[in-house]
Amino acid sequence: MKIQQIAELLDAKILCGADRLDGIVKSACGCDMMSDVLAFVKDQAVLLTGLCNPQVVRTAEMMDMKCIVFVRGKMPPESVVALADDSGIVVMATDERMYVACGKLYANGLAGGGTES
Amino acid sequence: MDKVNFHFEIDGDNFTSAGEASVRIKKLLREMGFNPEVIRRVSVAMYEGEINMVIHANGGTADVDVYVDRIEITLADCGPGISNIELAMQEGYSTAPDNIRSLGFGAGMGLPNMKRYTDDMRIESEVGKGTTVYMTVNV
Repeated sequence: MKIQQIAELLDAKILCGADRLDGIVKSACGCDMMSDVLAFVKDQAVLLTGLCNPQVVRTAEMMDMKCIVFVRGKMPPESVVALADDSGIVVMATDERMYVACGKLYANGLAGGGTES
Repeated sequence: MDKVNFHFEIDGDNFTSAGEASVRIKKLLREMGFNPEVIRRVSVAMYEGEINMVIHANGGTADVDVYVDRIEITLADCGPGISNIELAMQEGYSTAPDNIRSLGFGAGMGLPNMKRYTDDMRIESEVGKGTTVYMTVNV
């Protein structure tokens, strides 16, 4: 799924990486516990989270993730967005809650990223 | 050239900067041309270790030794030590305070993740003295 389509499905506001919306993601992970993300995610994934600290970006970077979606209307600090931009990660924010946001992506064909490495 | 060493001081007072050394290592290994999967395994294992040192041990040091056939990571701290290593290795067991869980860590997955992503992992720890974790990822 193109990152552009994720933004459209979730009616999300792009916070950085607007020039990288053509990127493709193959799976998704909705999670607020970063160690779970580190344990189970494969690459080319999108991370949906309600957590807004720099460790979200570092976790995504460690796992070679291309996109972070902040759910529940959470807006990350500018420093967090800048960190993601430096790492080439697209950041967007949606008012959808986690369950609904994940459901919309899943229903449109984006698989879960829960294969243990 | 036998090996290349990268040394980092891990600041224990700053959760915000935790992980910077791992990000740096990821970039360095990428520049050195390693396989992306090897890079990910090294950087994730080191990242979890860095977070652990900040949460539990007021920081420490990280050394990454890059050989032709393997990458060795040594994380050393002067924290409280681990009284029961076998218990600490169980997924879901954590002694992290609640405020750490609100930051996305402390789910008891740190040490298991470090073991998951490395080919060899050894912990030396003495209560009241500190902990050293040795990890190896084969290239």
